Amino acid sequence: MGEFLTRLRNDKIGLMGLIGVLLICIIGLLAPFIAPHNPTEIFNEYRLVSPNSQFLLGTDDLGRDILSRIIYGAQVSLMVGLIAVGIGAGFGLLFGLLAGYFQGVIDNIIMRVMDVLFAFPDLLLALAIVAVLGPNLKNTMIAIGLVFIPVFTRLVRSSVISVKEMEYVTNAKSIGASHFRIIVRHLTPNILAPFLVQITLALSSAILAEAALSFLGLGIQPPDPSWGSMLNTSRKFMEIAPWTAIFPAVFIIFTIFCFNLLGDSLRDIFDPRLKDQ
Amino acid sequence: MYIFIIRRILSIIPVLFGITVFIFLIMHVIPGDITSILLGTEATPELKEQLKEKLGLNLPLYQQYWNWLLGVLVGDFGESLRTGAPILPEILNRFTLTFELTIFASIIAWVIAIPLGIIAGIHRNTKTDIGLRIVSLMGVSVPNFALATLLILVLSLQFNYFTPVDYVGFFENPLKNMERLFLPALVLGTAMAGSIMRMTRSSILEVLRQDFVRTARAKGIKERAVIFRHAFRNAMIPILTVIGMQIGFLLGGTVIVEQIFSLPGLGQYVLTGITQRDIPVVQGSILFIAVMFVTINLIVDLLYGYLNPRISYK
Repeated sequence: MGEFLTRLRNDKIGLMGLIGVLLICIIGLLAPFIAPHNPTEIFNEYRLVSPNSQFLLGTDDLGRDILSRIIYGAQVSLMVGLIAVGIGAGFGLLFGLLAGYFQGVIDNIIMRVMDVLFAFPDLLLALAIVAVLGPNLKNTMIAIGLVFIPVFTRLVRSSVISVKEMEYVTNAKSIGASHFRIIVRHLTPNILAPFLVQITLALSSAILAEAALSFLGLGIQPPDPSWGSMLNTSRKFMEIAPWTAIFPAVFIIFTIFCFNLLGDSLRDIFDPRLKDQ
Repeated sequence: MYIFIIRRILSIIPVLFGITVFIFLIMHVIPGDITSILLGTEATPELKEQLKEKLGLNLPLYQQYWNWLLGVLVGDFGESLRTGAPILPEILNRFTLTFELTIFASIIAWVIAIPLGIIAGIHRNTKTDIGLRIVSLMGVSVPNFALATLLILVLSLQFNYFTPVDYVGFFENPLKNMERLFLPALVLGTAMAGSIMRMTRSSILEVLRQDFVRTARAKGIKERAVIFRHAFRNAMIPILTVIGMQIGFLLGGTVIVEQIFSLPGLGQYVLTGITQRDIPVVQGSILFIAVMFVTINLIVDLLYGYLNPRISYK
């Protein structure tokens, strides 16, 4: 852990990413305290007002404060990201451990199902699932989560296969440790590094996917604030009110960029092949 | 080599079968009665029953799947619930546009990404490399819909340029066609360029460390020749894989870009199908895209085996 922190401190790009991610998290967590207005409150006489001292980033077509909507939008993005990745990583870990540890028939069944899920471009699979379940916050998280399951399953399975022939695992087996104990105590802790890197990268994809679905009108539904849907509605009048498009776009780009910077650095730190360079 | 090719081709059959089952199942667990959605306010029990009969919804699920699968195998994807038009001709017609867009975007991505990736690799850990690393991460991080919206905004406000509205086929008027597709292709290409550039960089780095490069340098060959004749050719293999995978993902990405630039492609067809709950259309077009995706991955794998003979013996 100490070495990890030193390496992260030395990697300026990664550190920048970490600071950005923390900033977004703080904004999301403190949304009720720092947002100047209620994100759904309509100020009828202030429609499409350009940025000023009362509305720092201006207002939208219904007269809602864009800054407040962006701040609450951070909360929505983070929540969707965390829960969706939680679903994907949780099931992925379970299936990957089962497939990698037991191999044989279980492995075959799990991996063939994953092959099928892998045969769809990500966004399309999420679209199809949302189309079936109906667009709302909960279904957006489920749809994005399902898309991640095969990614995590494959990763965990291949890590398990490489770890399970190690001596400490065969030793544990020879002293009669149960399958459960071997999986929980010996395998899981030793595959965590690549798993955590994948989680960081998946978070940025999940936030991106939520924004994309909401942009298409199939994610978070109004009046709940979402960066993607804000950007989508802004398209109708962005020539006369560019701030309605620019600010949500900048926040989406900034957030995903920071997560990617962090994920990229973590991958370099955890990849033993790059350690000696 | 032949055994490898045949085995790889055969291996996609169960996947294709799984895809049809998966698509069929998720489309048939749609909550709510589809006939009431279709009939809207006119729904009476008799009309609903008639419609169910007509759409074959009274049959058991496995029978419905079997009928659909048999149709798909002979190229009959059914008809749109909304327009009554046969689906496959519409898909093929729209796919020409989506395919052209994908190719156009890929070319833009290669032209940007490969040279920059090589430069970053050669100048590893210098300011150029760090700058390019940030640029490539930006490329990956900027969502295509955000980039598209900002591009349209800047072009209209600053340059008074508006993308043409009508779409004309490439063979009718190539120039007009290219003008119409340039912005969407650029938007799609940027994200792809980011990942290709990263792959090119790491692949070049990997190859530059190897013995044959050191031997080439020791023989006194010019650095330029070492890079292009020895390193780059060997670095191409993993780059090709990423390119292939990205082309598959572009097929998904076109859904958004076609929507923003109002292009009548396959992505827009899927989206219209979804918003109108036109199940046969969604089912058919998603199946088509998934099959294309699997086929592209297959071709990439075979190419990989061809370029890297070590694979064939496995």
